[in-house]
Amino acid sequence: MNTKVNLAGVELENPVMTASGTFGSGMEYGKFVDLNNLGAVVTKGVANVPWEGNPVPRVAEVYGGMLNAIGLQNPGIDLFVKRDLPFLAKYNTKVIVNVCGRTLEDYLEVVERLGDEDTVDMLEINISCPNVKEGGIAFGQNEKSVEHVTKEIKKIAKQPVIMKLSPNVTDITVMAKAAEAGGADVVSLINTITGMKIDIERQTFVLANKTGGMSGPAVKPVAVRMVYQVANAVKIPIIGMGGISTAEDAIEFMLAGATAVSVGTANFVNPYTTKEVVDGIKSYMNSHNITDINSVIGAVR
Amino acid sequence: MSIKYQEIAEITSQEEISDGIFSMWIKTENIAKNAVAGQFVSLYSSDSASILPRPISICEVKDDKSGLRLVYRVAGKGTSEFSGLKEKDTIKVLGPLGNGYTLKNETAMLIAGGIGVPPIVELAKQLHQKGIKDIKAVVGYRSELFLKEELEKYCNVYVATEDGSSGVKGNVMDAIRENGLTADVVYACGPKPMLKAVSDYAKQNDIEAQISLEERMACGIGACLACVCKSKEVDEHSNVKNKRICADGPVFDSREVEL
Ligand SMILES: Cc1cc2nc3c(=O)[nH]c(=O)nc-3n(C[C@H](O)[C@H](O)[C@H](O)COP(=O)(O)OP(=O)(O)OC[C@H]3O[C@@H](n4cnc5c(N)ncnc54)[C@H](O)[C@@H]3O)c2cc1C
Ligand SMILES: Cc1cc2nc3c(=O)[nH]c(=O)nc-3n(C[C@H](O)[C@H](O)[C@H](O)COP(=O)(O)O)c2cc1C
Ligand code: FES
Repeated sequence: MNTKVNLAGVELENPVMTASGTFGSGMEYGKFVDLNNLGAVVTKGVANVPWEGNPVPRVAEVYGGMLNAIGLQNPGIDLFVKRDLPFLAKYNTKVIVNVCGRTLEDYLEVVERLGDEDTVDMLEINISCPNVKEGGIAFGQNEKSVEHVTKEIKKIAKQPVIMKLSPNVTDITVMAKAAEAGGADVVSLINTITGMKIDIERQTFVLANKTGGMSGPAVKPVAVRMVYQVANAVKIPIIGMGGISTAEDAIEFMLAGATAVSVGTANFVNPYTTKEVVDGIKSYMNSHNITDINSVIGAVR
Repeated sequence: MSIKYQEIAEITSQEEISDGIFSMWIKTENIAKNAVAGQFVSLYSSDSASILPRPISICEVKDDKSGLRLVYRVAGKGTSEFSGLKEKDTIKVLGPLGNGYTLKNETAMLIAGGIGVPPIVELAKQLHQKGIKDIKAVVGYRSELFLKEELEKYCNVYVATEDGSSGVKGNVMDAIRENGLTADVVYACGPKPMLKAVSDYAKQNDIEAQISLEERMACGIGACLACVCKSKEVDEHSNVKNKRICADGPVFDSREVEL
């Protein structure tokens, strides 16, 4: 049975990865699941300098999902390189570093810095975070800037580049094509969908940031649809995510056109989710007489 | 930090000990064995539309370490579901989580308000077992008392009620003042204004205060950065002035955090 998939020349043991921001750098969930068995660990977004993030409350529960407005709190690239990369280097899994920034220069600084780090297999560029005022999503909602940012990053990046797309756009295929035109090696989607929750007793917003990004099981149909649309619009591979909590969910994304999948919010509900998805994909292959997982990718046209 | 487990635990008993306050004993394989006073667990709803865990403090660990007592107030959807669970029903639990109190060999004053009272029961028990002779508990309620008898097994209990129906009329700080209480170390859990008053009190008297904080959580294990509080100095892990309540706390030295 072959579970290996290929993302821009990087071979993953299996298609299951973690979604940025939900898994730290693997230290915490590594106590529950063996990181060696994951296709890749995708880290929390890291910037050129430490970010404080947003005020609390930063999370709220909504029906079948959650809202978050963490605001990309991160320790900055220096500490990340000193502490998190050596930790990840101990594991036989692929390491994808998620990069965030307020300006193009911020992104470039981090990308350049990571160029010399052998531990890093790929870069995922977050141009789609809805929770910071500047940067992030501002880059991801305009096709010209998506193409421009991608191009500039590709000029200096030593690792393959994944552009992470926002669902908060009129037509996500336009952004995917812009990323492809800019030279992106892979696109990942979806980041969270901007939402809001109001506390009717206190008559105020539940989140200090007022709005937050929605994730979890309830967003899955939107994400599957977008993966399908993007798969029909670009030739580069897709990492699919949004509400995956079981192997069945993962297979659905792969059938829609994803080469790999990320598990995010579901880790909060069950810290063993990533392992269960890996095992479940193998069971699905067994019961459906599938010898190569690649035959599932985009099988539904 | 202790090893964490996710288990399907069986409810061994549940009762309403005060208006809207429930006490539930659950049987655990490993969680109770590894738990210390001041830690908490995450409880999960059986309704898949409610995905986030409900953090609840450990009120007591069974003597043979086979189970935990959780005491909680019905505050919304999740806690209301839990209150309907009966003996032999099961619940998904993750724990033990957080750091817990650091037990000191000095005279102790345990200060708690309302639904902050549960965790100081196990703390009083542990301090008592450690052989600390002078343990006082100062507990504040709106009106109806709960867990007072449990505390009396291990320490002298001073009560404050908002309506004056028992003990001192007012809050825990009033009870401390009126009874002229002092101690070398203060351990506290309760609403933020109370914790702020306790921190100020500790500062004025130049004593150590260990305070337990609360915040909305998602992962409960330090991975998502949802549950931060402000720290006075740059935190070693976050590299900014934020600490994770679920992993670096919930118990902090009052001097290291901003309330
Ligand atoms: C470390 C810690 C220990 C706690 N210990 C206890 C305890 O021993 N007894 C007790 O009665 N309560 C305790 N709480 C508060 C308890 O977690 C909330 O009352 C509970 O989560 C409410 O859930 P709900 O579904 O009933 O309410 P809802 O309002 O329906 O909850 C919606 C969401 O908000 C979250 N939430 C709501 N209120 C709080 C809160 N105060 N703190 C954190 N998250 C909240 C819920 O977890 C859920 O995700 C503790 C909180 C923390 C952080
Ligand atoms: C708490 C939290 C933090 C997140 N942080 C990041 C981040 O730092 N960078 C990023 O690109 N995406 C971030 N995301 C988005 C996720 O990686 C993912 O795209 C999204 O949550 C959808 O997947 P899910 O439904 O499986 O969680 C975050 C999501 C959550 C819930
Ligand atoms: S709840 Fe995730 S870091 Fe505390």
